Amino acid sequence: MRNLLAVIDKEMKIYFASPVAYGVLTVFLLVSGYFFYNILSVFIQRSMMMAVQAQQFGGGAPAMDVPALVERNFFGIVSTIILFMVPMITMATFADERRRATIELLLTSPLTHFQLILGKFLAAMGFFVVMLLPTLVYQVFLYLYSSPRMALGPVLSGYLGLLLLGAALISLGIFISTLTESQMVAASITFGALLILWVIDLSAQAAGPLVQEILGYVSILNHFDDFSKGVVDSSSLVVYLSFVFLGLFLTYRSIESWRWRT
Amino acid sequence: MIEVDRLTKRYGNLKAVDEVSFQVEKGEILGFLGPNGAGKTTTMRILTCFLPATEGTARVAGYDVFENAMEVKRRIGYLPEHPPLYDEMTVDGYLGFVARIKGVAPEDRKRRLQEVKETVRIEGYGKKLIKHLSKGFKQRVGLAQALIHDPEVLILDEPTVGLDPNQIKEVRELIKSLSGNHTIILSTHILPEVSMTCQRVVIISDGKIVAVDTPENLTRQQQGAAHIYMEARGSDVEVQRRLHQIEGVLSVVSRPLGEGEASSYRIETELKQDVRGRIARSIIEGGFELLEFRSLQLSLEEVFTQLTTQEEVRSQ
Repeated sequence: MRNLLAVIDKEMKIYFASPVAYGVLTVFLLVSGYFFYNILSVFIQRSMMMAVQAQQFGGGAPAMDVPALVERNFFGIVSTIILFMVPMITMATFADERRRATIELLLTSPLTHFQLILGKFLAAMGFFVVMLLPTLVYQVFLYLYSSPRMALGPVLSGYLGLLLLGAALISLGIFISTLTESQMVAASITFGALLILWVIDLSAQAAGPLVQEILGYVSILNHFDDFSKGVVDSSSLVVYLSFVFLGLFLTYRSIESWRWRT
Repeated sequence: MIEVDRLTKRYGNLKAVDEVSFQVEKGEILGFLGPNGAGKTTTMRILTCFLPATEGTARVAGYDVFENAMEVKRRIGYLPEHPPLYDEMTVDGYLGFVARIKGVAPEDRKRRLQEVKETVRIEGYGKKLIKHLSKGFKQRVGLAQALIHDPEVLILDEPTVGLDPNQIKEVRELIKSLSGNHTIILSTHILPEVSMTCQRVVIISDGKIVAVDTPENLTRQQQGAAHIYMEARGSDVEVQRRLHQIEGVLSVVSRPLGEGEASSYRIETELKQDVRGRIARSIIEGGFELLEFRSLQLSLEEVFTQLTTQEEVRSQ
């Protein structure tokens, strides 16, 4: 436990000493803020138009749950932005330790590989949470200005989904970071791998019913849709947690293997 | 303290370390000497549990490096060839982190931090970022890192490489001052370093040990014969005749010195008997002036070249 905390503490210090971290935070906030504003204004306009139409043609305005629609679309967009951010968060985790030879310090210290990997994973998750935190402000405004007050369930499930999706992608990114000594190469491969996940998701939507069902299970982005709709499905939870476990397990094996190779 | 028994490390067909065996006693400084690529770093990495060996065993403080890696890691301080530093951390932050992962108890950390900073003389630099330090200071922080948990065994891979002469001198003195309390293995390809700091030398070439001994013995053994340098004034022919009469003198090479009748002589004698006294008396009794008289020692440098090149010839 003490070792784990030491690793997390050190990783956090390294994260926030790097200009890359602030770049990632800034870009994420700018882009997510822009989309939030955009989505919100689109749906407000649409609901107003519907209200006007209803008045002209008589009859009550059809119910339109603006906050729910905004949340759904917002979480969908954020889950895509994350694909671009995760490679930046994970690229250095092991690649940079190898480049600066600090890996020799870590692996000759009385630390288990498990403590090292879990520490790095939790630190990356910590950074990820710091990145998401400011977006809570958007939700506060949406809540305060919605009438009737919006339901909080989908917001919570949406954030839970983002955390699970983030954890899955981060564990994959950390594994890829063990494969090379160069951060840039790690970031590119991670980005490529995440794009492939995205493509799987897209092709699932276009494919025939059977393929669609199979790809739907595999695609971790697909499972995210449920969360943004406010549905917490236990099968999705299992998929995400298995993905995280797989990523960290591969990381473990990878470290073992380069001890034998180098 | 350290027992290495027929240690072998293979990379594919290449044997980086080939049946290396040696022992290090408690409190001893052992020098690991060899050209670049001889297998020094690989051996050290096996001892520090960074790499597993292909064959053979190594024990540190009674613990096997493979079976009981955690116990070994607790007892070893390791300075790799490139000091393992995080540039964006402060010296205190970095050493604090190392203290934590090396298992220094929380209540001792502050004291240990202060102690190692004094030992390597970086007291005033605790708040500085490591990236702003000079190379010499980075090396010292690297040493501090290896010392922080007060390990029984120190393994230092080329600790003076890339330092300026003053820094080299300081680091060597520091290492010397650490022996006794610590058992030290130090690798280098610089020969004077070994004769200055180490009590025993392991010379390694192409992954094999070619010699293990004290620096003094190594230079003596490799000589096979003792050499004496002498300057004397007088007839060269007469001096040579007298020298050859002495039992134990194997050969004499003379060279005129240019002033009057003085010459210099390089005398090879048998190692078994000390003939220096007899030579000196014979020269004086013959009525010559003895200007200079001293034993010649092969430098470790020459021994090293002899040993490692012999090895090459043998392997061809």
